[in-house]
Amino acid sequence: MNKSTYLIVLFAWIFASCGEKEHDQPFAGPQLPSNFPPPVYDLSLNPVTEAGFALGKKLFYEKALSRDSTIACADCHISFSAFSHPEHPTSHGIDNLFGRRNAIAAQNLIWAKEFFWDGGVPNLDLVPLNAIQSPVEMDANPAVVLERLRQNAQYKAMFKAAFGTEEITTAHFLQSLSQFMAMLVSANSRYDKYVRGESGGDLSSDELAGLAVFKAKCASCHDTDLFTDNSFRNNGILNDFSFDRGRNEVSQLPEDVGKFRVPSLRNVTVTDPYMHNGKFKTLAMVLDHYASGVQDSPTLDPLLRQPDGTLGIPLNAQEKTELIAFLKTLDDETFLRDVRFAQ
Amino acid sequence: MQIKSLLFAAFCVLTIAACKKDNDEIKGFGSIEIEFDNQAAGSALVFGKDYTNAAGESLQFTTFDYYISNIVLVTADGARFVVPQEKSYFLCKHDDADTREIKIDDVPAGDYTSIEFMVGIDSAKSVSPIGERTGVLDPAAGANGHYWSWNSGYIFVKMEGTSPVAPPDFGNIFQYHVGLFGGFDSPTLNNLKTIKLTVPDEAAEVREGKGAPHFHLFVDAMAIFSSPTNVSIAATPFSHGDAFSATLSANYVDMFMIDHVHNP
Ligand code: HEC
Ligand code: HEC
Repeated sequence: MNKSTYLIVLFAWIFASCGEKEHDQPFAGPQLPSNFPPPVYDLSLNPVTEAGFALGKKLFYEKALSRDSTIACADCHISFSAFSHPEHPTSHGIDNLFGRRNAIAAQNLIWAKEFFWDGGVPNLDLVPLNAIQSPVEMDANPAVVLERLRQNAQYKAMFKAAFGTEEITTAHFLQSLSQFMAMLVSANSRYDKYVRGESGGDLSSDELAGLAVFKAKCASCHDTDLFTDNSFRNNGILNDFSFDRGRNEVSQLPEDVGKFRVPSLRNVTVTDPYMHNGKFKTLAMVLDHYASGVQDSPTLDPLLRQPDGTLGIPLNAQEKTELIAFLKTLDDETFLRDVRFAQ
Repeated sequence: MQIKSLLFAAFCVLTIAACKKDNDEIKGFGSIEIEFDNQAAGSALVFGKDYTNAAGESLQFTTFDYYISNIVLVTADGARFVVPQEKSYFLCKHDDADTREIKIDDVPAGDYTSIEFMVGIDSAKSVSPIGERTGVLDPAAGANGHYWSWNSGYIFVKMEGTSPVAPPDFGNIFQYHVGLFGGFDSPTLNNLKTIKLTVPDEAAEVREGKGAPHFHLFVDAMAIFSSPTNVSIAATPFSHGDAFSATLSANYVDMFMIDHVHNP
């Protein structure tokens, strides 16, 4: 049924656009870059349509999703900072409450296996429920939020356009947000163009040297062109995790204390401050941490223990400069300035 | 698909078994009812009434809800009827008696002597696409209040109440929310429990065209507080999907029994 609705919408769109201006392209859905692995999210269960994307976008910017209608998803996930929350070590939500954690850049979400720093949510469709219900984010009852939308004629029309029915169900509500979020693909940085051999993909000698250091010293965790292996690890930023036990709070397994999801490093220059608790303000501080600031605890990742017993990753000053030059090539201006995603 | 073929296999076994036994009498389909009758201290559970747990603490209940799923009916010959998945998820709420009377139709005729079910929602359903989660599994409707959005999953058993030994700062409440199905991609604690119960004497006789036999189950709310481990509200007033939930699920695994079967 989904597929045929999709086809109908697609055809309707193609016909409609035929009659219109020549330069209009049919709605393309998310970019699936050749240097990425296949997506994890099953797009066949929720094909992205233009109407579904438009509805999802409206909802992403909708303050009525919070208890007192004061805060929208987009208030913490800001387009020009790769949908992270700039300058907020931990996110600032409803009633001026601060959460414990730094907002994660919402990008390339259809390639993630598990969401949030602790991986508590296994499917993109279920992510908004967490934000809506979290007492420090939007603090709303999703049933109440859905009821609000059902009272709104514009939403009824948009749900009808997107899903063929005015009835606003939990599934369609969540699927439309997923359709918007599925489109948030960042894969057109200078590094991507370099990897794909496209024009505009020239890297300087410093940047290339940085890439080599990265491959040798960072890519074991920040793996693939998504720059994360999707695992949970303790990278030694703390030695006491009683304030936030990370993955252990979800799994309850003792070996998971202090482990957090390896974050992507795409658009990393605009997603500061860094780490789950926003501990470091600059990339230089992050590299100093890996080189000489790693703290020991029982779950510290074995990759951060050198054979001679020292902790961390040996990095000299030149390697640090090169690494930073390389990390900057992961900035994707096309994504950060994409008007389809901005309000 | 697999479930369907399993079902079919189970059905065949059952049909063959039924044929062997009594070809004339036992064929066709009927219904059965399962009633979850909550108990405490040897009589019907009453919210607001004083009870005392094994640790000697006085308490009153305000919530006692649990998910039942994956029901299997077994005959004396060992033939298994697996209730079709899509009809096998129930949220039993103490304050809504209708939710505690389950009726299952299209049951192959036979003499059923035991039932099996899961307390909670199996891992496959726990990670199923949102489009398949309707009714008591809809996180923003039927499962609202019985679903964790921060650690995606259903709250298998939700028990709440008050006790003078619970922290006064929070209004003397205690809350035991048990969930966790073992994890999606990375493992977590697993509190899923499968319960197997046998009738005390009479089998449930499912016959075509006759009324539904009735399994009358007792569910002892106090079981969560003891055996194998005594639980003290003073020591642990709150548990929301933490490591302590393993103690609670190990305790409540024996809270069910078939009190009697009533044949129409
Ligand atoms: C008050 C700020 C705030 C609001 C409002 C908010 N978020 Fe978030 N978001 C966060 C924080 C903080 C995290 C990381 C939290 C964690 O990992 O525990 C996050 C994480 C996420 C992630 C995970 C990204 C990943 O790769 O794991 C997604 C997706 C997301 N939010 C989408 C949304 C949506 C959709 C909404 C609106 C329904 C929303 N957020 C509202 C702060 C917010
Ligand atoms: C052992 C695995 C591992 C290795 C090796 C590793 N990282 Fe990380 N990295 C992590 C984890 C885990 C986090 C998140 C930790 C947290 O927030 O608690 C992280 C976070 C980061 C962040 C912060 C990103 C953000 O948005 O908050 C940056 C930047 C980073 N790493 C860069 C690097 C660089 C550069 C290297 C190589 C010198 C490196 N990492 C090596 C595991 C690793």
